[in-house]
Amino acid sequence: MSATWLILGASSAMARAFARRAAAEGVELILAGRDGDDLSRAAQDCKLRGATAVATVAFDLGRPTSFAKVLDLARATRGQLNVACFVGSMPEQVEIDAAPALIDRVLAENLAGPLHLLQALAEEMAGREGGTLLCLGSVAGDRGRRGNYVYGAAKAGLHAALSGLRSRYAGDGVHVMTVKPGFVDTAMTWGVDGMFLVASPAAVAEAIWKGAERQRNVLYVPWFWAVIMGIIRLIPERIFKRLPI
Amino acid sequence: MLWKQAEATGWGRVHRATAALARPERLSTLAAALAEGPVSMAGGLRAYGDAALNDGGRIVLTTRLDRLLDFDGAGGEVEAEAGVAIGDLLDFLLPHGWMPAVSPGTGFATLGGCIAADVHGKNHGLAGSFGQHVRHLHLMDAAGKVRKLSPAREKTALRATIGGMGLTGAIVSARIGLLPAPSQMMEVDERRMPDLDALMDGLASAPTPFSVAWIDATAKGLATGRGVLEEADFAQISDTPSARRALRVPLDAPGALLAPPVVRAFNSAYFHRIPEAGRTRNRPIRDFFYPLDRLHDWNRLYGKRGFHQVQYVVPEGDAREVLHTCLTEIAASGLAAPLAVLKRLGEGRGGMLSFPMAGYTLAVDLAARPAAHPLAARLTARVVEAGGRVYLAKDALTDAASIAAMYPDLDAFRAAAEKLDPEGRFITDMARRLKLREAA
Repeated sequence: MSATWLILGASSAMARAFARRAAAEGVELILAGRDGDDLSRAAQDCKLRGATAVATVAFDLGRPTSFAKVLDLARATRGQLNVACFVGSMPEQVEIDAAPALIDRVLAENLAGPLHLLQALAEEMAGREGGTLLCLGSVAGDRGRRGNYVYGAAKAGLHAALSGLRSRYAGDGVHVMTVKPGFVDTAMTWGVDGMFLVASPAAVAEAIWKGAERQRNVLYVPWFWAVIMGIIRLIPERIFKRLPI
Repeated sequence: MLWKQAEATGWGRVHRATAALARPERLSTLAAALAEGPVSMAGGLRAYGDAALNDGGRIVLTTRLDRLLDFDGAGGEVEAEAGVAIGDLLDFLLPHGWMPAVSPGTGFATLGGCIAADVHGKNHGLAGSFGQHVRHLHLMDAAGKVRKLSPAREKTALRATIGGMGLTGAIVSARIGLLPAPSQMMEVDERRMPDLDALMDGLASAPTPFSVAWIDATAKGLATGRGVLEEADFAQISDTPSARRALRVPLDAPGALLAPPVVRAFNSAYFHRIPEAGRTRNRPIRDFFYPLDRLHDWNRLYGKRGFHQVQYVVPEGDAREVLHTCLTEIAASGLAAPLAVLKRLGEGRGGMLSFPMAGYTLAVDLAARPAAHPLAARLTARVVEAGGRVYLAKDALTDAASIAAMYPDLDAFRAAAEKLDPEGRFITDMARRLKLREAA
C-alpha cells in the first residue's frame, strides 16, 4: 500500500529534515510552501533519498486562496494520506510592541490558518482509511511568558484544537499527534538570546518519526522538555510572575 | 535572525574571529546575506588557520545548503549544494557503488570547501585533485547573480574558483565526477618503515590505488622519518559496515598532553602497535578516509592554546634531502604532535592556487608555542628554495612574499578574482594576511 506525506511549510529546517526522514521510507511526498525554487531543490533531494514521488505546491498561510490547491492535491492522492504541519512564525515581542497589528498575523499564521487546513484534511483522511496527522505546537504554548505570549497564546490555542481533533477523529483511524519542540537549531532560533539544550533538526525529525510510529498523542522533542515544562507548569502564578523568564 | 554575533575559529583554534555569522537555509537568504556587505564564505570550518575567517566582519556558513540535486548512477556523477559534508555525500553514494573520486582527510569538509581548497586525497597520483572532477559549478556573486562555470564555458573563472579559497564568490552547488566503489570496505595493509628513505620508497612503489604514511615526527638520528605505511584497495568482501557511535571530546585537554616526552611515548607505542611482519585488515571506507571523524572535536585534545598544521609539498628531485632536513628540525624543536602524515602526490591540480605538484607532501601538527613561528619560517624557506609550496588550507604561519614565490599563478588568480568580484566583497583574514587579492 502506498503512503503519502503532505508536508505543510516544507521550507523550514525541521520540515526539511522530516521530509528526508520520510523519504528514506520510500513514501510519496507533497511539499507545500512559499518558496517555489527552494521547494524544487528540496524535492530533488527527497527523490534521491528514496521518496517514490515528490510533488510541490505553492502555499502561503497569508493567502487562504492558496489552501484550495493544497487540498485538491491531497484529495487526489491514492492510498494512505498523512499530514505533517510545520507552519508558523515567531516575531519577537519587541517587534509586536512596535506594530501591534502583528498580533493578528501571529494568530492567523499559528492558529487560524493551520486549523482551517487541518480540519479539512482530517475530514478527508477520515473518509479514507485513516492515517497520521501531526502538527507542530510549541513549549511556548504550555505557559505564557512575558517575552513570547502572543506566539504562546496562538500555540496554546492550537494545542487545544489538536486535542479536539484527536478525540473527534480517533474513531475514524486518524491519529492526531501534537509535537512540542523545545529549542531547535534552525533559522528561527539563530542568534536568539537565551537558547540552551539546542537540538539538531535531524535529531528532532527522527524523534517525530518514531513518535508517529508509536502513535504518541503529545510528543515533546527532545524528550527532556516534558520534564522541564512539567516543572514550569507547576510554578504558582504568584511566583511565576516575578521570574525573569 | 539573519546574523548572529559569535566567535568562529579555524580547526587549529589559534586563529579566531569575532564576527556576525549567517547560516542561510535557502538561496534567497544567502543572496540577502551577501547583499549586506563583505563576507567570508565558510563551510565545515575544517581549514586549520584563517582561510574561512573574517575577524570583525561577516561570515556566511553554507552548511544548511546541503541538498542533493541530481545523481547519475550510470555515468557516475552527482550534483549537490555546496554545504553538503563530503562524508554525507559518501554515505549516499556507497550503496550505489560510487564515491567521490577524491576524499580529503575529514568527512566534515563540505563540497564547496573541497573545491575552494582543491583538496587532494590518498589517491592523488591516479585521481588528481578534487577540482579536476568538477563538471560544472554555480557561483553566486555579491549581487546575488548566479553563473554557471564549466571547463567548456568560463574556464578561467572556474580555474580561479577551484582552489580559490572562497575569494571569487559563493559556490552554491557543483556537479562532480565519481569513482566506482566496488566495496564498502577497504583492505588495508600496514607496515612499519624504519626511516624516511624506506617510507618514501614504500610510497613510491605502492602497488595499490590508495596509499598514505603516518610519520613519527619526533624520531631522531637514524630513525628520522620512521613511520607506518598504509596501502589500500577495495576489499574483495562486500559487507555493509555497521554504524558505530561517535565520541566527543568534552573539554580542552591539559597542555601537558603535548609535552615532548608524552608525544614521544605515544608515537613509539603507535609505531610498535603494528607487528614486525606487518598486518592486513579490512576496514570500513569511512574509517580509512576519515580516521579521526569518529572522535568529534578532537582538536580540543591539543589544549586551549590550539595548534598549527604545516603542510608542504616538495618536488620529487630534492624531496629526500629537504624532507630529511625538515624532519630533523621538527624533531629537534620538541613541538611536534602525534599527527603527521606523508603522501606522494602526482601532477594533478585543478586551479590557479591549487596546492599539488608531483612530489612528496608532509603534514605535521605543531603545538602553538612561540617557537612554532621561527620553525615554520625556516621550513618554509627551505621548501621555497626547493621549488615546493605550502598548503593554504592548513596555513596560519606563512608570509605574503613566500606565498608569491610558491604560487606562480598568483597574479593570474588576482586578475580573475578581480573580474569576478571587483568590489572585493569576498574576503578572508587569510587573503588579507597573504595579500591574495591585491591588484595584479
